Parts: sequence; structure tokens; C-alpha cells
Amino acid sequence: MSAGAISSELAEPAAEHQLLEVSLGPQHPSTHGVFRMDVSLDGEVVVKLKPVFGYLHRNHEKIAEKCSYLGSIPYTDRLDYICSLTNNWAYAMTVEKLAGLVAPERAEYIRVMLSELTRLINHSALAGFLLQDMGALGTPLMYAFREREKILDLFESLTGARMMCNYMRFGGCRCDLPPGWIEQTRSLVANFPSFLDEFEALLTGNEILLARTEGVGVLSKELAVNAGVTGPMLRATGVNYDIRKVDAYGVYGRFSFRVPLGERGDVFDRYMIRILEMRESLKILEQALRDIPAGPIIDPKAKLRNLRPKPGEAYGRIEGPKGELGFYLISDGGPNPYRYRIRPPSLINLTILEDMCLGQTIADAVVILGSVDIVLGEVDR
Amino acid sequence: METLEQIKARIEAAAPGARVEIVPNGSPANQPSLLLDAGHARAVAQFLRDDPALAFDYASNATGVDWPGKTIKEKIKVKKMVEGVEKEVEEVCEKKTPAYLEAVYHLYSMARKHGPLILRLRTANRADQVSLPSLTPVWRSCEFQEREIFDLYGIHFEGHPDLRRILMWPEFKDYPMRKDYVEPDDYEYEPTPHDAVLTRAREHYPGGTPA
Repeated sequence: MSAGAISSELAEPAAEHQLLEVSLGPQHPSTHGVFRMDVSLDGEVVVKLKPVFGYLHRNHEKIAEKCSYLGSIPYTDRLDYICSLTNNWAYAMTVEKLAGLVAPERAEYIRVMLSELTRLINHSALAGFLLQDMGALGTPLMYAFREREKILDLFESLTGARMMCNYMRFGGCRCDLPPGWIEQTRSLVANFPSFLDEFEALLTGNEILLARTEGVGVLSKELAVNAGVTGPMLRATGVNYDIRKVDAYGVYGRFSFRVPLGERGDVFDRYMIRILEMRESLKILEQALRDIPAGPIIDPKAKLRNLRPKPGEAYGRIEGPKGELGFYLISDGGPNPYRYRIRPPSLINLTILEDMCLGQTIADAVVILGSVDIVLGEVDR
Repeated sequence: METLEQIKARIEAAAPGARVEIVPNGSPANQPSLLLDAGHARAVAQFLRDDPALAFDYASNATGVDWPGKTIKEKIKVKKMVEGVEKEVEEVCEKKTPAYLEAVYHLYSMARKHGPLILRLRTANRADQVSLPSLTPVWRSCEFQEREIFDLYGIHFEGHPDLRRILMWPEFKDYPMRKDYVEPDDYEYEPTPHDAVLTRAREHYPGGTPA
């Protein structure tokens, strides 16, 4: 046997090129719920990643098509259960468009305040979870949750529920602010920056955080736009598209705030954008708390029970904390929607998960998924 | 943004042979849509995305709608010979509206910050001709949403890179979002030895089991 034959025989099995298939999830602490990724690994490097959904699917849309317009509002709470109030708003706004209702000014101010408080909750919780995915177990998350609790207390005093608020109605809101709510919110808004400063002092410049996030999961502008990525994920790539500015729905046109933009579109930018957005949300809250007018909180013409809008359709969207949350309703003149569709930002932001993870290590894939910010109640609906 | 009539004229000039129809919207939202023919949909979508004045670079929402077709009963007065005398008689005549599945796309422009432009595509029927061209090659954001439409409505998107069920499991047979979908009585039904006992009991008491 010649030497050449031996070397070719040795080269044949090529053990180092064998791919390892890993099913990450559905029960895995880093998948933020019941979400699975079919990952193929070459050593530690991801070469294929297919997200698998549906573990939490209950066909919300079908349920809503059998419900009255009013009856769907509590279900919208359960979509993105961290941000129930923005879900309420998106749905209420779409029914208002469909039925031609107008919410009074005070209700619009309340909606803005609640949705900015929701944004604070979502972004601080996300920052905590993201750090948890990087291995900073517990501490940052508990810091974030401490602040979240204070906001949930405000929600509880207003709506009676901490998470499943079921508060907004088409044509306005369910009940007026309780006495002292404005003052409590004002003091929360005044104290929140100190939490952000503390959080940032602890984390933003941290060497390990930088090592784990800078240059990881880079998303290009063109791909982000084409793939319909929205929210902080999109703005981290540098595209200036915030529906609060573009559509100026509600009374957002009256507030001055800036839209933070990223430069590189990596995980660090996504983290940083959320921190900066929280500071902008605080600015909006300050202005809204200062300017909120007195008056009714619901359109007297709004018929909550047995609403039958004229046949037609409407698409309404808001800038949810996770991205564009849209509702598409078709009415056939009946008491329940003929078609009820949710445009879930979490699901559509996952479209490019594979593109971001290819060539990264499996540990980075977990961080990238954390930076997308998904809630499975909304992904699977 | 240009008006829908202008966009329609531009499309017809850019994609010769494309049939475009404006579908009115009766609600106060006033969002009329464009109905495209399936044959030219991909070319029209490409044009809408790449035209510098329209620049619909962002397909926000893609969804399906099921229109099973209704039978509308109309009363028509017909002249007939009744007992040798010509009389006007009311007759009920049944009309069927066409049944089809529809895919609806909501387009926005991130570059020019306008929208929405609503596109509709319709299949020929609901039974065997249910394919439409996929717009995923034009807008990547349709990838999961078209999979979802395929999963829940059963529209087959031609040219989709990865058309599989997304929310239901692969072995699932039906399309749950269709209007005529019938839920199974028991999702976890499995024949058990108990079934055999029940069958025997039914045979034993032909008039129904005693309470």
C-alpha cells in the first residue's frame, strides 16, 4: 500500500465536518417561552437555524371571529402579555377606524401615558432578560423587575389588573384615572432616570457585555426593511421609522421626542436603543402628565355592546414596544368581525433570525434571540 | 402618495396586460384596495417596490380571507300562465356569489413614509385551484405570513422558498381559519378497549341503553 492511499483513506471520514443537529427548546430558559429552534452546528458555529412555532397556538383569530367586537378586548391582553395595554390600543384604534368613532382628548392622553409606561416595562424587562441570556443570572433582571412592579402597581390602581388590564375601549377608555394617580405617575417618572443611570452604570460599559454584544448578530438596513422588521430592531440598523412619528396617531403629534437610531445593527445597538427609548418615553410622559385635559373619557356615541359597523374593512397600526402592531378587521355588518387579523411584530421580526445567526456560535444565537424581543403569546397567537 | 387611480394607471403602463381593479371599502376608514390578477402579481409587486416615486419597500401585513360564496335568494316577478290566465307570479331565484380565497397585502413605504397601499389576490375557487404567486421573493417579510396563510387557509403560494405548515403540526389535514371548518369533537380521541364495551352495550339495547 502506498503512502498516498493511506492519506486519502484518512481524509475520507472527515469527522470534523459532521454537523450536529440540536433542537433548542421548546422547554429552554433562553427561548422566552415555548419556542423551538432546529439548529445545525458545525462545531460551535450555527450553519442552519429553523424556528419552529405553534406550541402556544390557540387560533386567537378564529376565537375573535366568533366573539363580539367588545368581547375580543380581553383576548388582546393575552397576545403580548407583557404589553397588554398597547395591544388594547391597537385593537381599539382599528375598531374606531372601522366604525368611525373618535376618542375624546383625555382618553387619548391616557392612552399615550399608558402605552409609554408599557414601553418602559417592556424595554426594562427585555434588558433584564437579555442580560440573563448572557449569563448575568438574576441581578439585572431583578433590578428591571423592581421598576416594573412600580408601574404594575399604577396599572392595578387604574384598571384593577396588573397584567391583563382590559382597559381600553373603542371610543375611549373604561374608567377615569383614580385620585392621586397623576401624582404617583409623576413621582415614578421623576425617579425612573435614577434607575436607568444605575442600570447603565452597572451594565452598559461592562466589558463582558460589550464582548458578548458588539458585532454580534449584525443586521443590514436593506434586509431589515425588506424583511419587515420593525420597532427597536429596525431602528438599531439606522432606519428612521417610528410609527409614532410617521402616522402621529392619537395625540403623538403634540409631543416633542426624538427617535434614537443605531449605527451597526448589532445586539449592542438593539440593547442601547431600548435604553435610549426609555429616556424618550419619560419625556413623553412628562409632557402628557403636564398637558392632560379634563373632560369625558369615552365617546358618548360609542356603542360598546352589540356594535355592528358598516360592511368594510380597516387596518390600524401602532408603534408597540416590540414593533408595528397592526390589526386588520373586515366587517360584514354583523355583530362580530368577519375577519380579524393581528400583525404580530414578534413573529415577523423572527423572519431574519436565521440570517443573523449564521456563522455565529450557538451561545451567540441565544443572545441574538434575546435581542429580538419575542413573546410567544403573540408569535403563536 | 399618488391616488389609487394614478397608481392603477401607472401599473397598467408598467406591466402591460395586468388587470387591476379598484375594490371600494364601505367603512369610514376609507382604505380602498387594488385587486390584481394572479398572473401579473409578481411583476406588479416588483414595480411597486422599485419605482422611485412609489417605493413600497415594506410589506407590513399579509393575510388570507375566506369567502365561501353565498346563495342569495331574490324574488323576481315572472309572468306565467296560471289556469289559462296570464298572471304575474313571484318566484324565488337563487344566485350564487363566487367562492374564493383571498390574500391581502398591506404595503408601506419606509423611504417615502407613505401608505398603506392594499393589494388583493384572489384564487379561482376554494377547492382545487388555490394557488397564487408568492410575493416573498419581492418582500421577505411575507415569508412567515404566507406560510401562515398556507397553513390556516390553504392557499398554495408558488415560488415560496419554504412552504410548510407553521402553526399547526405537519400531519394536520384541514385549514382551520376557513369558514366551513368543523372542529373535531375530541382533539385527543383514541380508540380504547372501553369503546368495544360501549359498542356491545349498544347492540344489547337496540332501543338505547337504560339510564
